[in-house]
Amino acid sequence: MAEKLLSGVTVKVNAEGYFEDLNQWTKEMAVEMAKEFNIELTEKHFEVIDYLRQKQKTGEQLSIRKVGNSGITDIKGLYTLFPGGPLKISSKLAGIPKPVSCV
Amino acid sequence: MKNIVILGSGTAGTIMANKLRKSLPAKTWNITLVDRERNHYYQPGFLFIPFGSYSESDVVKPKAGFLPSGVNVIYTDIDKIEPQQNHVLLAKNKSLGYDFLIIATGAQLKPDETPGLKDKLYYKNIFDFYTLAGSLALFELFKTWKGGKLVMAITELPFKCPVAPIEFVCLAEAFFEKKGMREKIDITFVTPLSGAFTKPVCSDVLTEVLEKKGIKIVTDFYIERIDNDTKTLISYDGKEVPFDVLVIVPVNKGDDMIERSGLGDDLNFVPVNKHTLQHEVYYNIFAVGDAAAIPTSKAGSVAHFAADVLFENIMSAINGKPLEAKFDGHSNCYIETGYGKATLVDFNYDTEPLPGTYPLAGIGPFKLLSITRINHWGKLMFRWIYWYILLKARPLPVSNHMSMAGKKQVVN
Repeated sequence: MAEKLLSGVTVKVNAEGYFEDLNQWTKEMAVEMAKEFNIELTEKHFEVIDYLRQKQKTGEQLSIRKVGNSGITDIKGLYTLFPGGPLKISSKLAGIPKPVSCV
Repeated sequence: MKNIVILGSGTAGTIMANKLRKSLPAKTWNITLVDRERNHYYQPGFLFIPFGSYSESDVVKPKAGFLPSGVNVIYTDIDKIEPQQNHVLLAKNKSLGYDFLIIATGAQLKPDETPGLKDKLYYKNIFDFYTLAGSLALFELFKTWKGGKLVMAITELPFKCPVAPIEFVCLAEAFFEKKGMREKIDITFVTPLSGAFTKPVCSDVLTEVLEKKGIKIVTDFYIERIDNDTKTLISYDGKEVPFDVLVIVPVNKGDDMIERSGLGDDLNFVPVNKHTLQHEVYYNIFAVGDAAAIPTSKAGSVAHFAADVLFENIMSAINGKPLEAKFDGHSNCYIETGYGKATLVDFNYDTEPLPGTYPLAGIGPFKLLSITRINHWGKLMFRWIYWYILLKARPLPVSNHMSMAGKKQVVN
């Protein structure tokens, strides 16, 4: 297990930088992490992040398709918000584990 | 008289019917199986058809030969399940009541979900190997194909038999090498994942296997559409992969009936408890095999291992006892790598595929995550085991729970 200093707080992360405990997460940390991906977070980004955190808490499996069907944005929009790897990056910023996108 | 209804008689449904009929007295328990198909398909065999190593007769047999006597079999379409009424509506307004319901309707291909897939190039330049028709069409094409860009692409996760596309490119590479035309074929593997496979250790091993064979890998490619005029795959973020022949895994979904019944997730798979396989709201409904939305592979081995657990839990439910059998997500897949060799992976919800031996620690005879000839023989032998032992629920010397014995830990 590794640690990362975000917004002046030491948080537990795994080897790939995903949060170990989603309760350690704050919005400020998301903004700081987003800079590593050259993303400036908007309301829309936070709507996606809130959706992911909410689904994670209820134990649902997450996929790009599911977020694309959420009504917040479509799949293309999701790629525009989080270029490169929309679900991987948004999950990291949301402080939830990397989605298993199952086997 | 009490009733158990099983929807779907593929691998999981057939095993369940055999297990339950052996254990429940016919005087007090009716068992009814509903399926629209009269034939049973050995789906893992479809992969070998394009290369001429299996033919249709190896992979299709009448279902009747695998079902026990004393089970009512109805060959019909299913309209929907009405879980609050404890009944299933079949075609022609027939209704079927149940005390316990097992949903085993599998996963289906939905080529319509991807724009441009089922268009003018369909079964001319674009194929699948997940249907008998698709495999046979590829077999015909490969007999005379002069070469070009061969692209194997995955549209969406999850899909049946997650290692099959990797096997397909390995077998194709060996097939064209044997034909003396390997240099005329440019093979590319396109996946929405970040590597050849989901699990890290296994992904590294398989990526290396593909690279050694000169097969290109394009990762993080999530297909938006296929342009039939330019023969190009286009991703949501505007990346492109051109092809001459595209072999594709269409979007997999659960049966449409699940959607009509309001029992599915956004891909029509049925969410159930991943350990007990019981529905979270309707306690007399269970899902098993590809139909179940549980975080493990959609594969025959999973259907088989999960059926063992489900059988125990249904017997407990019948006797009013708590469901104590817990499925661990155990999956076990032979991966053909071409040239008469194969590797083998064995994993579950918590443990990724690791090197070692299987099923006996230190002995094998099969080697996990190693490429050997005996693994290939294991895969070929398995077709016989499937038809004559597994479907009939006769005992096999493997555990339904994954074991760490024989596995080596790998430090990342």
